[in-house]
Amino acid sequence: MQTKKIINDGNRTVDEMLEGILAAHPRHLKSTEGSPRSIIARDGPRQGKVGLVIGGGSGHEPTFLGFVGKGLADAAAIGNVFASPPPDPILECAKAASGGAGVLFMYGNYAGDVMNFDMAAEMAAMDGIEVRTVLTTDDVASAPRDQRQKRRGVAGNFFIFKAAGAACDRMLPFDECERIARKANDHTFTMGVALSPCSLPQTRRPNFEIGPDEMEIGMGIHGEPGIARGKLKTADEITDEMLDKILDEMAPVRGDKVAVLVNSLGSTPLMELYIMNRRVKHRLDDLGVSVHATWVGNYCTSLEMAGASVTLMHLDGELQTMLDHPCDCAMFRVG
Amino acid sequence: MTSIDTAGLKRTFDEIAVAIEADKDRLCQLDGVIGDADHGIAMALGFGAVRDALALLDVAATEPTALLNTAAKSFLNAVGASSGPLYATAFLRGAAAVKGKVTLAGTDFIALFQAMAQGIQDRGKAEIGEKTMVDAWLPAAQAAAAAHAAGKTLSESLAAALEAAERGAEATKDMIAAKGRSSRLGERSLGHMDPGAASAVTVIGAMRKSLG
Repeated sequence: MQTKKIINDGNRTVDEMLEGILAAHPRHLKSTEGSPRSIIARDGPRQGKVGLVIGGGSGHEPTFLGFVGKGLADAAAIGNVFASPPPDPILECAKAASGGAGVLFMYGNYAGDVMNFDMAAEMAAMDGIEVRTVLTTDDVASAPRDQRQKRRGVAGNFFIFKAAGAACDRMLPFDECERIARKANDHTFTMGVALSPCSLPQTRRPNFEIGPDEMEIGMGIHGEPGIARGKLKTADEITDEMLDKILDEMAPVRGDKVAVLVNSLGSTPLMELYIMNRRVKHRLDDLGVSVHATWVGNYCTSLEMAGASVTLMHLDGELQTMLDHPCDCAMFRVG
Repeated sequence: MTSIDTAGLKRTFDEIAVAIEADKDRLCQLDGVIGDADHGIAMALGFGAVRDALALLDVAATEPTALLNTAAKSFLNAVGASSGPLYATAFLRGAAAVKGKVTLAGTDFIALFQAMAQGIQDRGKAEIGEKTMVDAWLPAAQAAAAAHAAGKTLSESLAAALEAAERGAEATKDMIAAKGRSSRLGERSLGHMDPGAASAVTVIGAMRKSLG
């Protein structure tokens, strides 16, 4: 049986969504002439500023294009559902974002994205635009600690892009923007849990099977299997399981500060996210770790998947400044 | 003596588009087990775009290299993903391998076929045994070259390639994924055929059918 979706044509979902987004946010976003899958900030790119280009597959909204705007990303290249964009729209983003000071490519670490963004970076170099790439690898469930470079990028993208975008907006030199982007990634840790699958608009079939009383810890944002499947537990138990792994790696000490993101994978409601956040706060209080800022809601989704993720960013003065830096995007604002 | 002109190559791409479209659901299901369930969609989208782009060409006035370059560009821009850069690179390398030829003799087509497999390997940086489409493409290219060197016809060489690709795809069931999305699965990828290797068999099968 096919899943229920409010769509017109399974093959046109991305383009129709983009049309709707541009209609809703004309003050923030535009697409480039002849490249409708390149979404550019109206008030972002400028001379002398390092450009920030993000991007990836659709189906994770508001990631990526919701984070395009002044103070954050200058442009986002949009792929098909769960598929990297091809090099051409990425190249158009690089051109639009370039202010002559270099362009940062930042995106989640997936084989397809790496190939397409690398091809675009080579093409940009031929146009005289220097591109450097910082991959996000915040999903602690996706590879062991000593293989951090193999991990996936998931909801922690939000913090990592935010920090890098602030560095760019403060007109820091290319080296500094890249350093802060890498540091932001190194300081960000995410764990997810999935309760029910999502379905691609083209197939409208659940993309994995899971029992009615089961959950899967560590599942990826495209339904990639996680690290353990078991019976559904309580919010506190699930949150603890996720936090144990995150805190073990982050190793905060009393007096440290973190930023918290409790993110829905699509259909899990705010009520459940806030119940999880309550537990996060208790656990951090017990450790003497203070919460500098908290975001709760849909930040990196997986279509209609049920489930959630918890991300902590381990803050120092610099990263805190970058998170607090104002930004004005279509779907996200600070200051 | 085999001689393939641009129109013949176009027919081969049309054959692949039909075969992949028919195989779309199976490929998505294979991908759903160890990946994100979209491989069949991406492949159908890519070869559909190639078919549409080639339909606009004046084949009588187009050399094989130009046709293959058009195939590469249309596949890549329709798909992105992993299969986009991999197949686009295959077609671009194939195009370079037959540059300047107006028609392709059997030897030329074998060179094109080998260049495609090499392009896929170079772009994805995968080795044999890592549970990717390379596990089908590389043995297929080697088998085709060996059969051709032994004096077999193009049809026989492509039959040997198809057999090798089928064996290679079958062998991916016993492999632990080392590249791509499924690599995060570790041993849970065991027992399942790699969808990229499975679609490679479909592509090579359509090539054999069209040129055999």
